[in-house]
This record gives sequence, structure tokens and C-alpha cells, in this order.
Amino acid sequence: MRDNMFGNGLRVVALGAVAGVTALASPSPADTSFKVAVVSFLTGPAAGPFGVPGRNGAELVIDAINGGTMPAPYETAGFGGLQLEAIFADESGGNAKQVAEYRNLVEKQGVDAVLGYISSGSCMSVAPVAEELQTLTVMSVCGTPRLFEGSDWNYTFRTQAHAVGDSVAAALYIRDQLGDVSSYSGINQNYAWGQDSWKFFDIAMQKLSPESRASDNPQFPKLFAGQYGTEISTLLLEDSELVHSSFWDGDIEAFVLQASVRGFFDKKKFISVAGASAIDNLGKRFPTGTVIGTRGEFGIIVRNQEGELNEWFINAYRERYGVYPLESSYQYAQSVLALKAAMDKAAAESGEVPNTDRIIGAMTGLDFVSIAGDVSFALGNGHQAIHPVSYGVTAWDDGKDEPTVVDVRVYPANCILPPAGQLSEDWLEAGMPGSDC
Amino acid sequence: MQTALTILLDGLVYASYLFIVSVGLTIVFGVMKILNVAHGGFYAWGAYSAAYAIGLASELGFPDWFGFILIGLSSALVGVVLGLLIERAILRKLYEHEEVIIILATFGLFLILEDLILIVFGVNPYFAYQPMVFLGSVELGGIFRDVYSLTLVGLAALVALACWYALNRTKWGKILTTVIHDREISLAIGINVNAVFVWTFVASATLGALGGAYISPTVSVAPGIGIDVIVLSFAVVVIGGMGSIPGALIGALMVGVLRAVAVHKFPEFELFVIFAVMAAVLMVRPEGLFAPAKARRI
Repeated sequence: MRDNMFGNGLRVVALGAVAGVTALASPSPADTSFKVAVVSFLTGPAAGPFGVPGRNGAELVIDAINGGTMPAPYETAGFGGLQLEAIFADESGGNAKQVAEYRNLVEKQGVDAVLGYISSGSCMSVAPVAEELQTLTVMSVCGTPRLFEGSDWNYTFRTQAHAVGDSVAAALYIRDQLGDVSSYSGINQNYAWGQDSWKFFDIAMQKLSPESRASDNPQFPKLFAGQYGTEISTLLLEDSELVHSSFWDGDIEAFVLQASVRGFFDKKKFISVAGASAIDNLGKRFPTGTVIGTRGEFGIIVRNQEGELNEWFINAYRERYGVYPLESSYQYAQSVLALKAAMDKAAAESGEVPNTDRIIGAMTGLDFVSIAGDVSFALGNGHQAIHPVSYGVTAWDDGKDEPTVVDVRVYPANCILPPAGQLSEDWLEAGMPGSDC
Repeated sequence: MQTALTILLDGLVYASYLFIVSVGLTIVFGVMKILNVAHGGFYAWGAYSAAYAIGLASELGFPDWFGFILIGLSSALVGVVLGLLIERAILRKLYEHEEVIIILATFGLFLILEDLILIVFGVNPYFAYQPMVFLGSVELGGIFRDVYSLTLVGLAALVALACWYALNRTKWGKILTTVIHDREISLAIGINVNAVFVWTFVASATLGALGGAYISPTVSVAPGIGIDVIVLSFAVVVIGGMGSIPGALIGALMVGVLRAVAVHKFPEFELFVIFAVMAAVLMVRPEGLFAPAKARRI
């Protein structure tokens, strides 16, 4: 009896000791989660085609990783052993508001990292604040190459390749698929993205198709202008064979509706580098035969691409949100996967719960698998991602009674983007030396 | 010659669009002395209601021309419901306050109307292209033009004519002119100024909604659609003279034609032209080109 009592007492002490050690070793509730703000346009004209699909793409992948239901290579539950707690914030309201909102997210809401951003203006405004507040920031969509050219950010990463890749791939596709194009013009929004996109496309065309002549009257309507009747008249009066556009959101939809009725697409070849969201929205009203890009291996261009991760993403997205994932759904999911890969790597290397410095160390120069292709942080001192960019031609799939993209060509990253250490514009002007196509 | 004709047609179409969206704004300022920022909200609600109704009618198998009837009905519904509600419930309580308070109130109303759109219609775009496709295109000056946009010129002319007739050839117009010139005298001679305010505001809201509804077949109807419109409308109204209907017409024509010249010849100056015209007019005539004469009070 006495022995028994002694034995029971010993067991209690032993259990108590084990429990105490476990409690000390286990992270507190605050340590088991990693709080991330996901920022995208939730209101305004960019919400429907970009912001909300992007938010949904991030939410889907975060929930799947937290629950351990993602296919390989992301089948382990959690992010470096932590559960990711997402809060969603609106990117609308301009750059000044975004800076204030970023400070609010970090200083008041206590997020560990910020993920997202669609507008180049937002990215350029937020990056210096991320450095000041020493907060990991993974940017998802914005395209300006200036983010990492001339600036050396430690806390900022971008998982989307910059706009030079879109433009060079567009010029290559035209040369490879359309043959000789005698002349070209453009209609692009009058701000950083539209101006840059036209400039890079124009230089790439001069280098890749030197016999092709650029219009001296390219159009630059205001962002979200909505009315393009005068611009369409000007383009129709010109003899340009091809028209380039980096329109996105409702602008591409309005342009297509107004131009279609006027027979624009019967007279001109049209290349849209970022307007793929309009294909699903407009259905049969979107002209077939349009050259379309999605700034990577994203959206409608990989809808029929085989691969466990891509098929899972498309099916899970459709099941949850009732529609196909768009370009931005893939772009935001890509940022979440970069975070997952880096946090898992940081945890494995240190054997501890990853903190910001370890995650940054692991993400710098990281290669990781995205939904429909591979990505490398190869530029910007290992902070700017590169990946292939695809182009194809719109068509109608009678069997499925839905739009599709055919004649898809994939241009590898080292073919369409400058090598590390070179400024994009200098590289383009020099004839893209070292480009490996 | 071909380019000149195209510029003229493009300018006329854009001017018609500007006139339709700005005439309601100038009427309210002329009669009620209210700079109504919520006018962009009426435009957006007109666009959404028409796009929703046309999309639904198309799904139910109604013919494409039926869209024109729905545009009229949507505008009237939005104008009467929102106009009455806002004037009766909110503006009426603010008439005795300073103009800046009323401007802030209409700005708040604009934000509320925008958010209500998000709640009711969501963030995804709506399309109502059926009336535009129904009318097709016609070749003018060597290029195809959509007939729907050309009908915008007719609609603007109709609105201008109706405003002129109502103001100059009807009893209601004479009452309105009296209220515009002096609210206190109007009250003293027995005019029901409150009733004039209500129906003026409803008419203005209906015109704003008509602008949005008529434009909806040509655009992607998405959140934020009313924001740029209010900025452009202000520019037109300021050029023409706040409160002047002929001023809105001339202001819209100036901006429309000069913008068309810029787009065809100097596209980088497209946006600059609109505000350059406004700045130039304000330098020469700070009250705008056709501001109604003000009686000097002693």
C-alpha cells in the first residue's frame, strides 16, 4: 500500500514534470500563429477582376496549408509549424492611404508580415515603410521594374516577375506566331504601368522586329476613363496593323465592348498583356483571335495545363467560389507559397519557430514551386522573382461552351528578363544581351 | 477632311455625354445653390439599375430593343426614389446651414451611395451591351461608328431642348426662374419654394441617373463608376458658369471638341486639355462663361 502510494506519488511528480517541460517547450498561443495582412482591391473598379480573385486565391491556399490538404510539395500542415492567421485589407484609396494603412496593420494590428498589392504605385509607396518598420512584405502583382532597380530592400520581396518580361514575351510571340507585322500602335493607361508597358514593348519590338514601324501617335487615356470612342477612332484611322494594350480591370472590358461594335478587331490584330480577366467576364463578346498574356503561367492560359497542384487549385477554387481562378488568384497564391516554402525552410534549418530574420534569410534567392510553374528569387539581390511568361490566342471551346486560349507559347525567364545587376531599360536598349531563348 | 469630320463627331459624342451628366448638377446649383457631390452617386445607381435590368431582361428572353425602355424606367425609378428620399430626409434639414456644410453632407451621401452599391450589387462588373449591339454600326468618314453613341447626341439635344422649353415656355419654368433670382421674394409672393426644391432635386437626380443608365451599355459597370464623372461634370459646369444650362452645353461642347483634337493630335495632353480650358476660362471670367446675373443686394 505504502509502496503503491509512493509509486503513485512518483508518477504524479513525473507527469507534472513532463507537463511542465512540455508547457515550457510548446509555443504559447501567440507563438503558434503567424499573423499576415493580405492587401488587395476589395472596393473600386479593380476589385472584381483583380482584387477579390486575388484575395480568394490567397485565402484558399492559406486555409489548405493550415489544414494540411494541399498536394505535394506543400502537403505538410502549417507554415514552418505555425498556423497562418490572415486578415484582409483594402488597397483602394491611393498611395498615401496605403502607407497609413500599412502602418496601421503593423503598429496597431500587430501583423507579422504583409502580403499582396496590385498597383505599382502601392508597391513603390509601401516598400520604404516596410524597411522602416522592419516588416516582411511579399508583393504579389505590381509590375514596375523600378521597385528593385536602384533600390536595395531587405524586408521586401516580389513574387511576380516585373513588366519587362511581359513586354519582351509579347514582342517574341508576335515575331514567332504572327510573322511580319508592318506597323504597330498602342492604347495604354496614362500612369506608370501603362507608360512602362508601352515603352518596354516598343523597345523590344524595335530590337526583335526592326522592320516593324511604331506609330507616332500611341494613345494614353486616363486610368478608369471608361469612354474610348475617340481613341478607337484615332486607332482606326491609322494604318497600324497591330495594337498593343496593357489595359486591365473594367477598362479592357469597356474598350472591347466599344471597339467590337465598330469592327475594330476585324481590322486590327490586338495584343492584350494583362486583360485576361475580361475573357471570362465577357464570354462570347470577347473577340477570338486576340493575342493574350497573363504575366506568367496564370489564369486562363494554364486552365487546361496538367499538373496535380494546378488541377487541385482550379477544382478547389471553383468548388469554393463558383468560378474559375483568374490571373490574380494565381499571383496571390504564388506569394503564399513563397511564404510557406521560406518558413518551412527557415524552421528546418534552425529547428526553431521561424522569425522574420530567419524567413528573410530563407526566402532570399529561394527557388520554389508555384501553382503552374517554377519560380526563383533571382533578381534584386535575391528578392525579385523571375518565372516564365506565356502568351496564346483566344478561341471558343465549343465542347465546353467556354472561352479558351490556344497556340500557347511559354517563354523562359532567362529569355525575357535581364540578368542580375542590369537595369531593364539599358538591357533592352543594348539588344537584350545574354537572353537565352 | 476625313480626320476633321472624325474629330467633330468624336467631340460631339463626348460633349453629349458630358452635357447629360452635368446638366442635372448645374440645375441644382442654379435653383438650390447646392454643389451636389452626390450627383455621381445618382449616375452610378442609374448605371447599375439599368445594367442589372437589361441583363435580367436578356436572360428572360426579352428582345434587345427592350433595353431602351429599361434605361428610361431605371432612370426614372432611381431619380424619383433617391431624389425624394435624400431631399426630404436630409437636405431639407440643412438648407439653413452654410453652403460648406451642405457640400460635406452631399459628399457623405456620395460615399454612402457608393457603399450601398457594393452591398446591393457586389464588386463584380455588370454588362448591358444588348442595346448597343442591337443598333450596330454605320460607316461615317471612312470608319465604322457605333450607332448607339450617335444616339447620345440626339438624347443630349432632346434634354437641352426640353430644359429650354420647360424654363421658357411653361408656368413651372417661370416659377423656377423666380426662385433662381430671389428665394425670399419668391416666398413673399406665395411660391411654394419647398415644392420647387423637391421637384428640382428629383429632376436633377433623374438626369444624373439617365446619364449613367444610357452609358451603361457601352462600359463595364463596376464599383467607382461615379467618381470620375463628378470631377468631369464639375469642370464642365465651372467652365459654363455654375447654374447655367446654356453654360453647361457650351462648356461640354468646348471640352468635348478640344479633347477630341488632343486625342487625335496630341494624345499625351488629353487630360490636361480639359482642365486647361477650365483654368483659362476662370482666369478670364472667374464666374464662368454663362453664370446667371446676380442682383445686387442693398
